[in-house]
Amino acid sequence: MRLTVNGQAREVDVEDDMPLLWVLRDELGLTGTKYGCGIAQCGACTVHMDGLAVRSCQVAAATADGADIVTIEGLGTPEALHAVQAAWVEHQVAQCGYCQSGQIMQAASLLNLNPTPTDDDIDIVMSGNLCRCGTYPRIRAAVKTAAVKMQGA
Amino acid sequence: MGRLRTIGRRSFLIGSAAVLGGVAFGVYRANRPFENPNLADLPEGAASFNPWVIIDSDKITLIAPHADKGQGVFSAQAALIAEELDVELDQVEISFGVPDQAYFNTAFADAAVPFPQYDFSDMAEGARGFVGGTLRAFLPIMGTGGSSAMPDSYDKLRHAGAVARETLKAAAAQQSGIPTAELKTEAGAVILPDGTSLAYTALAGVAGQIKPVTDVTLKDPSDWRLLGKPMQRVDMAAKSTGTQNYGIDHQMDGLLHATIKVNPRQGGVMNGYDDSAARNMRGVIDIIEITGGVAVVADNTWRAIQAANGIEFDWGPAPYPAEQADHWDVLSNSFTSEKLNAEARVVGDVDAAPGEAVTAEYRSPYVAHAPLEPLNATVLVTDERVDIWTGHQVQMMLETVVADITGHAAENVHLHNMFMGGSFGHRLEFDFVKQAAEIANSMRGTPVKMTYSREEDFAHDFPRHITMGRGTGRHKDGQVTSLDVEIAAQSVLTSQMSRLGISLPGPDVQLHEGAWDVPNLNLPNIRVRSYKETGLAPVSSWRSVGAAPNSFVYDTLLDETIHAAGADPLLERIRLMGHDVSVKVLETVGEMCNWSGHDLGDGRGRGVAYAFSFGVPVATVVEVSQGDAGIKLEEVWIAADVGTVIDPVNLENLAFGGTIWGLGHAINSEITYADGMAQQTNYHAHEGMRMYQTPKMHFTALENTPKIKGFGEPPVPPAAPALGNAIFAATGKRLREMPFHKFIDFV
Repeated sequence: MRLTVNGQAREVDVEDDMPLLWVLRDELGLTGTKYGCGIAQCGACTVHMDGLAVRSCQVAAATADGADIVTIEGLGTPEALHAVQAAWVEHQVAQCGYCQSGQIMQAASLLNLNPTPTDDDIDIVMSGNLCRCGTYPRIRAAVKTAAVKMQGA
Repeated sequence: MGRLRTIGRRSFLIGSAAVLGGVAFGVYRANRPFENPNLADLPEGAASFNPWVIIDSDKITLIAPHADKGQGVFSAQAALIAEELDVELDQVEISFGVPDQAYFNTAFADAAVPFPQYDFSDMAEGARGFVGGTLRAFLPIMGTGGSSAMPDSYDKLRHAGAVARETLKAAAAQQSGIPTAELKTEAGAVILPDGTSLAYTALAGVAGQIKPVTDVTLKDPSDWRLLGKPMQRVDMAAKSTGTQNYGIDHQMDGLLHATIKVNPRQGGVMNGYDDSAARNMRGVIDIIEITGGVAVVADNTWRAIQAANGIEFDWGPAPYPAEQADHWDVLSNSFTSEKLNAEARVVGDVDAAPGEAVTAEYRSPYVAHAPLEPLNATVLVTDERVDIWTGHQVQMMLETVVADITGHAAENVHLHNMFMGGSFGHRLEFDFVKQAAEIANSMRGTPVKMTYSREEDFAHDFPRHITMGRGTGRHKDGQVTSLDVEIAAQSVLTSQMSRLGISLPGPDVQLHEGAWDVPNLNLPNIRVRSYKETGLAPVSSWRSVGAAPNSFVYDTLLDETIHAAGADPLLERIRLMGHDVSVKVLETVGEMCNWSGHDLGDGRGRGVAYAFSFGVPVATVVEVSQGDAGIKLEEVWIAADVGTVIDPVNLENLAFGGTIWGLGHAINSEITYADGMAQQTNYHAHEGMRMYQTPKMHFTALENTPKIKGFGEPPVPPAAPALGNAIFAATGKRLREMPFHKFIDFV
């Protein structure tokens, strides 16, 4: 299969039903996208596929064939943070941090589709992403800060 | 006299620990000085003044040996050193270092003496000093747990930074001829009187040749630059950009991927298996037997999991009751003199106490740890050495356990500790690393990363122990006069030690912690007894261990008695407390929420709970409303006294997170057994809290406790009783069993 990951054309030889998550992690070595549950319950594997947030554990390789994928590594880097990532650092959101790749990809997608989300919008969209450490109050605040920054940009 | 009698009846936890040490470590000579482990491979021209600081001509490296599960100690340990060393955190590299006895945990002694942690009398402190010295001499355990990282590190790491600073000043004095008294330090350099700046890195060569200056004075807290002020954790950018490497992300040349299946009836045998289909699946390299099951080794984690799911197994029965109802029955029959673990606290005479009685029974279920990063370990075994990449809380013992499997000497087994995607206690266990070591040992020369599927993680968790509580409270003339609490539970310590092949001599203090040590010093009649059960499912330390279920029992019974007395839940708790630090915590939470009683009308109510764990008093108020869709958590206020605040931002994050952990699981999570297997296989059946349920939250930290305390666990215990008490206030319905969603609907 061929796909574009973070702007680069990639080709892998995998089964049609291998989840995109494992293509990214074990075939392409992009480990920023996390395995948490494998059944779309935790959101740790969230990436953008053709501009939309998807659970990469539920996207078969065959479905991702030809798609444009952006992972957390493609959103921004420590040297050039995306506005959502900058808000995460500003609010000191992470504890263990394992869910945050997925939280950030979900939040970035939310703000793309809805630049001025209400508190309820944030709660509804972000509730698919589990955080076992309970950083939700800080995620809420960081999403709002990112929304303001992206409005100003 | 009462206290002396109590000591006589209770055995020191150190007794158990010493047995553990004798088996696992051998016994070390008393007062043997610990060598600095950094000196072994120290390059020419570099200096290491103690186990925590290395400086060479290029960089300053700080060793932060405590494991980071997400609680932020990687950053906090570095900050303690950096404060005294006078470096900024962006000027240093930070490393977990090499596991070594020099990093043994000095704070384990605080929990190992039979004095409540609010007792700072000479006798209590003397016992802690004695046990601490004994631990150092005979059992220098390196480990992270029990909210002990800050108590262990606070003095030690600041001292390490100060020694390095003063030695660097001595080097600068030697080089410049200017007396040390005229030298200052700032931002990684010694500053001469004329303003000349000598970088520490440039002084390393000279400093490494002189004896470390150990007669140092620590800064007064009023002079702190970093500590006590809002910090930016050093791992935050990496964790926000997907660039933080966890154990599961470890990569190396030639790495193979594996997963395991062992009997889902925990501890049961494997009678047989058929892997003929699995062996032919794409990417499968080998299928090998390990203790209690098999491992699939493949070229991709998903392929390994798919193949493991394609193996047919014949599993033996569970070595504990197969059905959940039988677990409760066993506990129900455990309140006997034969199973009495300890009469942990006796004040007055509960049998003769005046007043009307409130009698109730409480249940706290098994609950999974389920850290979001599934358990994993990468192991490479060669004939010469073993290397392990995983996140683990008991670093040196892990090396010993793996050495037993591979036959290497323990000093040739090397743990490279990794950041953890949560633990909540599960990464105190050894099974997952032992399994990875068995696999790698059968494939010497090839590195193998073993990863649990989430389903395997749920099936093979050692969950929070199941607890049943019974109690009678009495009240007279609007006041609580007596509390008689009995707790029966599956013993965590016994279960954990049995997995190391050791039996627990004497009582298990965790069976009554959070109940016996509540400082209700103005309550004239108290009795707390615990009963030890050992025949149920294997269990392990779950964030706050005994304190969470025991606080639920103790505080809910107290709340019921207060309501029966017609007293105010907050004011009566304050009246009973008699421990100044705790009184202040309760008063503070009352001020924060403008407490005006529990019943706010219109289906709104507030519950307050107080818990004391790991030396930290915490008071939590939860406000809920009852609507058409169910109970909604509106707002939460938390006050706690940790002695000294290192980073108020991280502390608040831990307060909120620990409270959410306690609330979420109280609402919706339990592990139940059917046919000997955990019925919950993934997060859909064991969710914890999600964002839409998360209330508005507020936190205040106090600093009146005489010693610094850790805060990873203490926010958890009061959360569940505060919620149950709030639901009673709003609805009149008393919840005595978790998870609450079995009995009432939540939004």
